[in-house]
Amino acid sequence: MLLIHCPYCKEKRPEIEFAYAGEAHIVRPDAIAQSEMTDEEWSKFMFIRNNFRGEHAERWWHNAGCNMFFNAIRNTKTDKFVMTYKMGENRPTKTQIEAAKK
Amino acid sequence: MKNFRSQTGSVINEKEVIKFSFDSKIYFGYRGDTLSSALLANGVHLIGRSFKYHRPRGILSSGSEEPNAIVTFDRGEGKITPNVRATTLEIFEGLQVFSQNSYPNLKFDIGAFNNIFSMFFPAGFYNKTFMWPKSFWDKVYEPFIRNLAGLGPAPVNEDPDNYASSYGHCETLIIGSGPAGIAAALTASQKEGRVILVDEQPEIGGSLLSSSNKKIDNMSADQWLSGARSNLEKSNNVKIMTRTTAIGYWHDNFVALSERLTDHMSEVPEGKVREQLHRIRAKRVILAQGAIERPLVFNGNDKPGVMLSNAAQTYLNKYGVRVGDNISIFTSHDSAYETAFELCDAKVGVSVIIDLRKEIDADLLAKAQSRGIVVHLNSSISKTYGKLRINSFEVFEPALNKKFKVKCDALIMSGGWTPSLHLWSHSKGTIKWNKDLSAYIPDKAHENVCCIGSCNGNFGIAKALNEGNSVFENSKKYIVKEQSFGTGVVSSNIPSYVSKEKQKAFVDFQNDVTEKDISLAVQEGFKSIEHVKRYTTNGMATDQGKTSNLNALEIASREVGSSIEKVGLTTFRPPYTPTTFGTFVGYRDKELFDPVRKTPIDAWAESNSAIYEPVGLWRRARFFPKDDENMDQAVARECKSTRDSLGIFDASTLGKIEVVGPDATKFMNLMYCTSWTSLKVGNCRYGLMLGEDGYIYDDGVVARIAEDRYHVTTTTGGAPRVFRHMEDYLQTEFNDLNVWLTSTTEQWAVIALNGPHARDILEPLVEGIDLSADFFPHMSVRLGSICGIPTRLFRVSFTGELGFEINVPSHYGLALWEILMAEGSKYKITPYGTEAMHVLRAEKGFIIVGQDTDGTVTPHDAGMAWAVAKKKKDFVGMRSLKRKDLVSGMRKQLVGLLTEDPLTVLAEGSQVVLDPKQPKPMKMIGHVTSSYWSESLGKSIAMAVIEDGFNRMGEDVYIPMPTGTIQAKVCKSVFYDPEGKRIHV
Repeated sequence: MLLIHCPYCKEKRPEIEFAYAGEAHIVRPDAIAQSEMTDEEWSKFMFIRNNFRGEHAERWWHNAGCNMFFNAIRNTKTDKFVMTYKMGENRPTKTQIEAAKK
Repeated sequence: MKNFRSQTGSVINEKEVIKFSFDSKIYFGYRGDTLSSALLANGVHLIGRSFKYHRPRGILSSGSEEPNAIVTFDRGEGKITPNVRATTLEIFEGLQVFSQNSYPNLKFDIGAFNNIFSMFFPAGFYNKTFMWPKSFWDKVYEPFIRNLAGLGPAPVNEDPDNYASSYGHCETLIIGSGPAGIAAALTASQKEGRVILVDEQPEIGGSLLSSSNKKIDNMSADQWLSGARSNLEKSNNVKIMTRTTAIGYWHDNFVALSERLTDHMSEVPEGKVREQLHRIRAKRVILAQGAIERPLVFNGNDKPGVMLSNAAQTYLNKYGVRVGDNISIFTSHDSAYETAFELCDAKVGVSVIIDLRKEIDADLLAKAQSRGIVVHLNSSISKTYGKLRINSFEVFEPALNKKFKVKCDALIMSGGWTPSLHLWSHSKGTIKWNKDLSAYIPDKAHENVCCIGSCNGNFGIAKALNEGNSVFENSKKYIVKEQSFGTGVVSSNIPSYVSKEKQKAFVDFQNDVTEKDISLAVQEGFKSIEHVKRYTTNGMATDQGKTSNLNALEIASREVGSSIEKVGLTTFRPPYTPTTFGTFVGYRDKELFDPVRKTPIDAWAESNSAIYEPVGLWRRARFFPKDDENMDQAVARECKSTRDSLGIFDASTLGKIEVVGPDATKFMNLMYCTSWTSLKVGNCRYGLMLGEDGYIYDDGVVARIAEDRYHVTTTTGGAPRVFRHMEDYLQTEFNDLNVWLTSTTEQWAVIALNGPHARDILEPLVEGIDLSADFFPHMSVRLGSICGIPTRLFRVSFTGELGFEINVPSHYGLALWEILMAEGSKYKITPYGTEAMHVLRAEKGFIIVGQDTDGTVTPHDAGMAWAVAKKKKDFVGMRSLKRKDLVSGMRKQLVGLLTEDPLTVLAEGSQVVLDPKQPKPMKMIGHVTSSYWSESLGKSIAMAVIEDGFNRMGEDVYIPMPTGTIQAKVCKSVFYDPEGKRIHV
């Protein structure tokens, strides 16, 4: 069972306290952008996901803890969490991900 | 009876004689014996019959890898454990065990005819045989297969034992307490940090318990071990756990240990926990699990009396038992010579060693000759003889094409060693093939873990001890006097003059898989080792192929014509050894297995003969039968009383969320397609929530309590996901809004009063609220008190009658319910359950999200386009509602159905067609979502989602059922009081 570092609680907690919440950094277009989107563009936002093999940016929810959503870089091949960060923070750069591995 | 106990074993206490029974026959053994050592001491080799062919089987090994010697362990009523390995079962006074797979008895078994007809039972037999005709599947084949499947009998009574579970933490977890594990523990005990040392056996020591002839630091191995044990016991940072198996290894060094606490006791203290699951989180894990000896795959290698060389050595040194008086040896590895010499030195007759290799170490040969043991090099065994136990075998010398017979009463074999990689592989560590050892060994670690000793390919006590030391950078070197572990070859193709077709060379003893089966699987096109495993069932028995996987792999790669590394290894999966369900269940048994979520009013329902149904995680009263009413009668009465006078309903399970903050209205406008801006404080509105995909996600009545405060209700089952949905958007998309969400489902008890007398009963009880229709109209909310209890009183109705929902703090729920029941007697108050609630709402055409909608229904499809705000700039689902497929095309729409025969009630879920005479498969245009008998209307009513339903009003549709086709007419979905007069009184 994984230990997941919650960036809000600032500690590692067992996996059972968390729920996976899909790919990260998919921003919901605002009302104006939505109205300008074609059906195809909208369906891409709605339904098309990366399904990436390797270091994947994804959302997690500390539902049995602080109730906060946060982002994580997790290796989908090994399941290992590389890092977690607060919602709203930028997607980590490759350098930051490499640094977090050490 | 002849006694085969020839010396004192290292774990045997001869002062304590123990009486036990096997197949109801009485035997004696000593404290410290396992069932297998005690039976061998009595000269018993025949333990059971094999799974498929019912061949007589004996004891192959001396440890938890045992595939053959499995028995049923009977501890009394409800306490039968099948498939227990005789090699790990400790005997105690009064122990009762039974052989398996034998009828009428072990020595004469009718099922053995399978052996004679074994040519009809090749690999894939079931897949090939039980195919046609289809009508035989459930009546003939399934009972037949079920009868054959499984080994021992499953217990039929409830398990009366107690099980426990706990969490544990340590800096160092050492799994396996052989020389490597003990050396590591000794060093770790000198350092900071908690150490847990785990071993599946009753005491620590591992191979040291059968190494009495070896010397460590000038002490005998026994002496050294007892010194080490007492040092470890004295260390206050070391916890030793015996009779404990590490069953699985998961992420971040999370290891599950199964501790067996009572199965070795003759008298178990009342209430004592039988097994305990320990969930250990360790900073570092050290695996010292040792290695498992490999059998040789030759014709007749499964006869009782044929066993692994290491097992014979263990029975001799650890238990003082000789496995025969005239023992022969068949080997391709040097380590069997050590066994031969130790047996010889203990005055056990060893006549010949058959060695597959052309040459061996000269020193070994000399040592054998000095003991009078004849060594046949470059030889193999082509046949074994003996019905219930081996009595002789035939040696074949391929170079000379010579064969001769040798008598024996036991044949011990060694095909080399397989390091135990099970837990290492659970932890996702990678493995690599080592040519010199002909074995897989650990490669790259995925966790903070390392393997030491023979599970890392470092065989022999000296290497194990020193590697155990070195993991903690301890430079001390142990000096060990032992015979060199030596080398060997792996032979997947044992020379024989007997054709492969006629051989019975077993690879997997427990599942009766032969070399021939694996060859056949490859010939039939199964090239992947995972497919070969599943087709032949090799390695899929309760021993999970501990002794067979590598041999199967060698044979498969030989047949495929590829190297072992390319063929690869099957996946290791937890648990390492069979584990009881009790261990996993722990405390979560009986009422704790699946805790029942009850409302505050549940106690009243329970004492008033409610029949329950599960809704979400809740149990809810479905109906309250009076006298001997059935459900239909009770529901009809409950509905009628509610419409005629007064019904009372426990609605506490409704999901409730308090949405508070200066931006609460903005947030509500984004989360619901409904508009909230115009909702005045004190008013309620029906809210429809969509997913971002535009489909109905949830619904419920929302009350505006204050400018900045909403009391939101959700469906009973939808409460958690609606809360998550709201939190998700609030935290990640609309995080500029100043809003707080609190789940208040459990904080409010909700009592719904419905019917013409709903106001009459409330009037004398409520304080501070004017209940008159003018001041308190339908869809409004008032704060006040009822019987002195603070309340949020809603005037809402899910029945179409005058209705109120009284929200009070949960702990007042039951008291208020009881007052209302007493007060209501003058209005013939009738409690109704969820079934009547369903009927009453369906009569009014109110939908239930998840019943009348299924995640593909838009507000328009449900006939609720009115609920979608037209002027809002944005809300979740808004853009999707404009997708082409959601606005045009042949969509299914929610309509009413009235059956041609008003007495016929449609089945929910049944399919609707336009033309019942069309050929099959018919084109289905929709399905029935809700269907009930309406007592108030005197006819059946139904709702259905039907293609282009709104344009089919008055059309006939058909519902084909097994008993005949039902005709129905499409209509509007509001059946009762369509003008809504009753609700507004």
